[in-house]
Amino acid sequence: MQTDVNQRNKTKGRLGRDVQSKIGQQLRSMYDNVVSEGVPDRFSEMLRQLDQQQAQPDQKDKEVN
Amino acid sequence: MPLDTTLRDQMLSAVPSLRAFAISLSGNVDRADDLVQETLLRAIANIESFQPGTNMSAWLFTILRNLFRSEYRKRRREVEDTDGSYAESLKSQPEQSSHLEFKEFRAALAKLPPDQREALILVGASGFSYEEAAAICECAVGTIKSRVNRARNRLADLLAIEGAEDFGPDHATRAILAAGGGR
Repeated sequence: MQTDVNQRNKTKGRLGRDVQSKIGQQLRSMYDNVVSEGVPDRFSEMLRQLDQQQAQPDQKDKEVN
Repeated sequence: MPLDTTLRDQMLSAVPSLRAFAISLSGNVDRADDLVQETLLRAIANIESFQPGTNMSAWLFTILRNLFRSEYRKRRREVEDTDGSYAESLKSQPEQSSHLEFKEFRAALAKLPPDQREALILVGASGFSYEEAAAICECAVGTIKSRVNRARNRLADLLAIEGAEDFGPDHATRAILAAGGGR
């Protein structure tokens, strides 16, 4: 496997800057697209509920499940 | 132990990026959100092992990555995707429209070995340094660098991106190389 990879890199040479930047751009825009969705309610709600449980320890048992 | 408001806010502000990482790793929004939720619960349960003042985001990424890896070990055959069926299932999956335009790119990303995929995302999209990515993946900095390079090479192949003249063999040569089993 390692030999194959080395062989391949020798044959191909290094990626040009254009290619690297195209891949980088696609990767980042795909990623940032999700980041821009922000925090779904599910997570802020979950943390809020955990906070409440801690603030009212006597209710903890009831809310665990 | 009550969760400090500052820590909670730090966790919440890491969520968008954690989701993006989880979606890139798993290729599936629902599974990714479950991973993020489990990550937050683990983090809260183990909050005393977090050292205040250190990078909360990196800590959460480490937890999420470990969760994904242990899940991956269970589903090894599905994720290794030797026959491309996992990538194929991504294509037919109903997705939010905002995720549609990156279908081809995601499918290519899904074909990378998990080690290479996570290294590329951490360095190329999440904005971690090679050193931070190495700490998250518990490996040497040089290993991360070589994984990122291999990931880029493979993606360029999969997406058949033609670039500058120093890119290497032309189309015909690459077709022959591909026919030879990708060697």
